[in-house]
Amino acid sequence: MKETKLYEEKVVDAHEEHHEQSFIRKYIFSEDHKTIAKQFLITGIFWAIIGGAFSFLFRIQLGFPNVDLTSLSPIIGNWLTPQGKIDPEVYLALITMHGTIMVFFVLTAGLSGTFLNFLIPLQLGARDMASGFLNMFSYWFFFLSSVIMLTSIFVEGGPASGGWTVYPPLSALPQAVSGSGLGMTLWLVSMSFFVVSALLGALNYITTVINLRTEGMTFFRMPLTIWAFLITAILGVLSFPVLLSAALLLIMDRTFGTSFYLSDIYIAGEALSNQGGSAILFQHLFWFLGHPEVYIVILPSLGIASEVIATCSRKPIFGYKAMVYSLIGIGILSFVVWAHHMFISGMNPFLGSVFTILTLIIAVPSAIKSFNYIATLWRGNIIFTPAMLFSIGLVSFFISGGVTGLFLGNSVIDINLHDTYFVVAHFHIVMGSASFFGLFSGVYHWFPKMFGRMMNRNLGYVHFWFTFIGAYLVFFPLHYIGIAGFPRRYYSFTNFEAGKIESFMDLNVFVTIAAGITFAAQFIFLFNFFYSIYRGRKASQNPWKSNTLEWTTPVNPGHGNWPGKIPKVERWAYDYSKPGAKEDFIPQNVPYSKTPESNLPEDEHH
Amino acid sequence: MNFIFLLIGLLLVIVLFQIFRSSEILGAATKKTSKLFEDGNNRYNAILGVIFLIGLIFSIFWYAIKEYKNYNLPIASEHAPDVELLFWVTMAITMSVFVVTQIVMFYFGYKYQYQEDRIAEYYTENNKLEIIWTIIPAIVLTVLIGWGLYKWNEVTGPAPADSEVIELVGYQFAWASRYPGDDNKLGSYNYKLTDVENIVGIDFSDSASLDDFMPREIHIPKGKPVLLKIRARDVIHSVYLPYFRAQMNAVPGMPTQLWFIPTKTTQEMREEMGNDNFNYEIICNKICGRAHFSMKQNLIVEEEWEYIKWKKSQDSWIKKNPDYFANFLKNNANDLAVLNNDYERN
Repeated sequence: MKETKLYEEKVVDAHEEHHEQSFIRKYIFSEDHKTIAKQFLITGIFWAIIGGAFSFLFRIQLGFPNVDLTSLSPIIGNWLTPQGKIDPEVYLALITMHGTIMVFFVLTAGLSGTFLNFLIPLQLGARDMASGFLNMFSYWFFFLSSVIMLTSIFVEGGPASGGWTVYPPLSALPQAVSGSGLGMTLWLVSMSFFVVSALLGALNYITTVINLRTEGMTFFRMPLTIWAFLITAILGVLSFPVLLSAALLLIMDRTFGTSFYLSDIYIAGEALSNQGGSAILFQHLFWFLGHPEVYIVILPSLGIASEVIATCSRKPIFGYKAMVYSLIGIGILSFVVWAHHMFISGMNPFLGSVFTILTLIIAVPSAIKSFNYIATLWRGNIIFTPAMLFSIGLVSFFISGGVTGLFLGNSVIDINLHDTYFVVAHFHIVMGSASFFGLFSGVYHWFPKMFGRMMNRNLGYVHFWFTFIGAYLVFFPLHYIGIAGFPRRYYSFTNFEAGKIESFMDLNVFVTIAAGITFAAQFIFLFNFFYSIYRGRKASQNPWKSNTLEWTTPVNPGHGNWPGKIPKVERWAYDYSKPGAKEDFIPQNVPYSKTPESNLPEDEHH
Repeated sequence: MNFIFLLIGLLLVIVLFQIFRSSEILGAATKKTSKLFEDGNNRYNAILGVIFLIGLIFSIFWYAIKEYKNYNLPIASEHAPDVELLFWVTMAITMSVFVVTQIVMFYFGYKYQYQEDRIAEYYTENNKLEIIWTIIPAIVLTVLIGWGLYKWNEVTGPAPADSEVIELVGYQFAWASRYPGDDNKLGSYNYKLTDVENIVGIDFSDSASLDDFMPREIHIPKGKPVLLKIRARDVIHSVYLPYFRAQMNAVPGMPTQLWFIPTKTTQEMREEMGNDNFNYEIICNKICGRAHFSMKQNLIVEEEWEYIKWKKSQDSWIKKNPDYFANFLKNNANDLAVLNNDYERN
């Protein structure tokens, strides 16, 4: 204990010493977790705009295949055929980049990078991350990775175009598709740096959560956000290295003539000499990351929702321990379900049986979480801040997208639904939309802490309703065409069985229009976000009357977060509307001795 | 037309800006209140939630019922009805969960919206409830898993011995098929023998290859198990047969297979669907490059006697490509002689 104090004092001294930092150290190569969080957020927003714009482009191709896009040629120039249509290979490149960008650059780096960085020290009562230096590196590796990925969009042959899962041999052989040339090389290099960034970040998060909790912050007093972030970080550390090895082996196959994934291939009039490799080895490695990755994407959002729903219902989160255990359960199970992406890959059907069982088990903790969120609303005193709306939207998506997992996880049903639009609908709702809503919720909720100002709530409401309804309109109809057997990643359905495409053309038009409106509505958010950074109303110290520690810092917390001593934690984070209490919230740093009027019998033991 | 869109867009932006302006001004005016929210928005949002809920559930079911015939493909294989039943049972369960939870959630949102004089109930946990909503999903899932695996083992189990064996090879961007010929045995292959003519790399040093034939269209008999031996030549493809509820990836270097029993001929299906142009298709369902979306192959299901007749009428590959075979014999004369000697010596 004494050592901690000494350390703390030292840190305080250190912070006072270099108060006047140069611009570069303060805003660019910053080691402050709050600045790094904002860097991740802004970069994530940048990527989200690109990823969203790409999806709108290929939705145009699906909804309005005959439209002439020549007027867009100043922007997308040589991506068009002479008739002004999107080229089929460009279409593949667009879906590949859309997936890569959204999954990795927005919902992993943008989401985790922002909120894990921002909230872990603030909610735990730490001055900063365990290693500010590595944290800085984490961002700059991400930046490097971003620059490379961005460059790949403009190179000869276009960016990677084998789908975001980049299955070899398609991704290994430049003869197979033009995106598998330089574009794919850059994709692999970029993702390798991305893994480095993710690892540096995750190691930091874990270390910080374990070592830098303030006095009194036991594990079971941590807000659920932190629990979710901790599990996310652990998943990242254990799974991202596997992606790196998958990528390295692919690089070797592409460059040095090895045969890890390649065997018995005849392409472009030539029988290749590669033999003995296994194409589905890559799938195993990829999904060993890929499935935990899905939870890396969704868990931070679930954590954010826990906090926001409790605060805005003015009620303790229901079943705190059940929430923690189901988070841990999801975390563990997420490592043993990967092959449900591969039921029809040609792997042994017995393996399919095992993964069916494990996959459906993971539905149990997910269900527990959903029920607990809903139970938290029961008899609450609900305030619909934009953040709260987005969190409720998240739960709605988590359920409506989650239940369709019972189809896809059951191998025999998956046979017919695999790689159809049903899958597209499933993961865009449960992981895409739900996770995005968590991200929005977090931005609206912690914006006052990040920038010391409030976002405009009415624009927030407009943004929410457009996005919520829009996302349902875009993704829900895809279930129907999925059941009808429409394969995903198809440039056009005109070559399909006669008579079928006509019956769904109207649906595709509808989805594209909905996608356009939803995408346009995001500019309301962008305006609100950037305007409020500079001109938003000044925030008060604790605008949501929340219990967690970040709201005990000054409105604009400086380097080191708390000007004086770090507050001591005296209770859990969910004492909202405690009977007898003067106000409907009791922050975590208020000791029981100061609240005799509301203490419960069991509180006396603390 | 474009002009109208532009005008509507402009109008929307102006409306949004007005909302934004007015709330900024109002917000500044009521800044001093210490209440958590400053306006009646809470009520609107709660009501909007309920309206949304009704709209969502109504439109989902409306479309699902109206378009049932369109999105629900007829079934044409023997294992499919059971799988289909499991699919719809799962649908019933998941839709009930979906509808109930969404109703409860948005109802709570409406019922428990903020009132200044009310205080939320301090209710932290209820182990009984947690156990109930752990065990009930667990039981339901166990049933679904058990049922699913039972069918899965059946569908992916070994094909019956009397199956019609057909080799199906995917390549960018088409499917090739090979039938075993009179000896009912597919000859061996070697990918290194692949070229422009011998597109699936048939190895003619195996005598079983000699009567193999490669038709333009794929025919299969109704009511008999059909076993597809699947290969890929270049990248991964996927054999997707939605009407038979069957699918399997085609992987270079790793032969895969699937089997099913067709129950309706193409003709019967045409009548059922009232579409004279209907054809079963083998669709590629794994991204495979530029023309992935047009990689398909017609599949004709016919009565067994028709099928046998069709098979009889097919010429073997070497008969259709005599020059290739003559060349093959010439080039491999030495090897073949060696093989022959070995054989005789043993």
